[in-house]
Amino acid sequence: MKRVYLDHIAAAPLAPGVLEKMRPFLEAGFGNPQSLHSDGQAAAEAVEESRERVAALIGAAPPEIIFTASGTEANNLAVKGLAQAQRAKGNHLVVSAVEHASVLNPVKTLEKSGFQATIVPVDRQGRVDPAAVAGALREDTILVSVMTANSEVGTIEPIAEIVRAVKAKSPGVLVHTDAVAAAGNIPLDVEALGVDALSLSGNAFYGPRGSAALFLRKGTKLVPQIEGGVQEGGRRGGTEDVPAIAGMGEAARLAAAAMPERTACMTALRDRLLDGLPRRVERVHPTGSREHRLPYHASFCVEFVEGESLLLSLDFKGIAASSFSACTSKSLKVSHVLLAMGLDHALAQGSLIFSLVETTSETDIDAVMDAFPPVVQRLRDMSPLYTEFLKETRR
Amino acid sequence: MIYSDKVMDHFQNPRNVGTLPDADGVGQVGNPVCGDMMTFYVKVKDDRLTDIKFQTFGCGAAIAVSSMVSEMALGKTVQEAMDITNEKVAEELGGLPKNKMHCSNLGADALHAALENYQARKAGTASGPAAEAAAGRAVEGAAPDHCPYCDGPVQGPPNMCSCKTCDLDLVECGHCHLYTNGAETRCTHCGAQLER
Repeated sequence: MKRVYLDHIAAAPLAPGVLEKMRPFLEAGFGNPQSLHSDGQAAAEAVEESRERVAALIGAAPPEIIFTASGTEANNLAVKGLAQAQRAKGNHLVVSAVEHASVLNPVKTLEKSGFQATIVPVDRQGRVDPAAVAGALREDTILVSVMTANSEVGTIEPIAEIVRAVKAKSPGVLVHTDAVAAAGNIPLDVEALGVDALSLSGNAFYGPRGSAALFLRKGTKLVPQIEGGVQEGGRRGGTEDVPAIAGMGEAARLAAAAMPERTACMTALRDRLLDGLPRRVERVHPTGSREHRLPYHASFCVEFVEGESLLLSLDFKGIAASSFSACTSKSLKVSHVLLAMGLDHALAQGSLIFSLVETTSETDIDAVMDAFPPVVQRLRDMSPLYTEFLKETRR
Repeated sequence: MIYSDKVMDHFQNPRNVGTLPDADGVGQVGNPVCGDMMTFYVKVKDDRLTDIKFQTFGCGAAIAVSSMVSEMALGKTVQEAMDITNEKVAEELGGLPKNKMHCSNLGADALHAALENYQARKAGTASGPAAEAAAGRAVEGAAPDHCPYCDGPVQGPPNMCSCKTCDLDLVECGHCHLYTNGAETRCTHCGAQLER
């Protein structure tokens, strides 16, 4: 059986050519970029070439790129590192309710050491209102962090408008955006956005896992979170992961070139799912914004069934998807994103996400269209909630 | 795969799915808020379970547990069925992941709720299936002083406790006094706002 892989938000395959770019640094070119000998300098050149390419992807200058080992690390570095560096100016942070755990948990940790945070709500589509962010600013606010796009519901946030609203009211407040789900998949320009810091991850645009970066605007102070040597301009210690960085640079180059084509192709396939599945099965609700949406992302809540059952059943049919229901999370907690959007618990339990990859084809989408109705029907036939629904509608 | 082959078999081919309009006992436990909800229907003749059906909203483990419980209980006497424990169900399934143990609690509890409902009806203390199905909803998964997810012992003060077995942060509901995942803002049993 041919597998249909639609779980981009969990992991994406490498783009063709990326592994070839990495291979020399796993084999003969194992030098440490900090070493002065030729072996080390060859590795250093590869790192700097990647830095240029990653910078070019988001309209930054190469020295503004700090390589990290994950998007999570980049978010930790931005939130904790910027807050700690600004401490003398104030101790208040503003973040949205739908941020990733790698932003929300550092904020919680900061709160334990005396910082305060305001969580800005989102609307039914998961969108943050720029006026609400500006309204949450206080005299002592030092940092705002709102994600560029949400990986659970696919919604793209109005970052440029948020930055404008924040800076108009308090020019000194720094703005960070977690662009892990967005970078390399939609056009992003740090100048146009106006952000001071931006997190991105290589795997999201078909680079290797373990490759990520933080853009930090020139002149912005940061307290390093991993202390060691002077790698990354002293902002992140630890010997550079040269193969990962080389792969990320190549993936960034490819993403910049292929973005229009990838976007057009994936948007069409995504829309087939967003329109097609609710048409084929009643009570299937697309989640997130349709207008402001990641091109690779189709997310739903399926009424009367639970997400993990859906995933297992689809997996049997060769389809890999994801869910943020309570049962699929190790913490047994239902998605904070869906709850923040005002969905009730029962509906949020039916969370189901198809996230397309570069190689997703029409045939793959056809396979989902065919497999989905019987999978849902089988689970609904055993669901007491569905039985109740049928009784009520018959009345 | 996080589940045993037997769990996957019961999930893929659940036994005894459905409802019994003329059931002698009906029991329902859980709610969509906590993620799992099960309804069991039993027919009893000469003290034996002659038919059993269930419906389940929940994860793979919840569906497999319901199916396993129904298979274990069918043909047994009422007392034998009452003696089916969470541990026996999990064991029959070849084990369950730690954070899915609460599903086995729900399965046994749903069966027991249906049997209690049968006994109450026989004794004339129950008024009808509809009333009891609603009443059965109050019956909850775990022992009241245990972790609702794995049934392990709880340690620490009510507003900041955790499960000794699965290490989940828990909070005791001020309204119904049952434990809920500490990350939640509302009690998953009664829906009350949780105080910390």
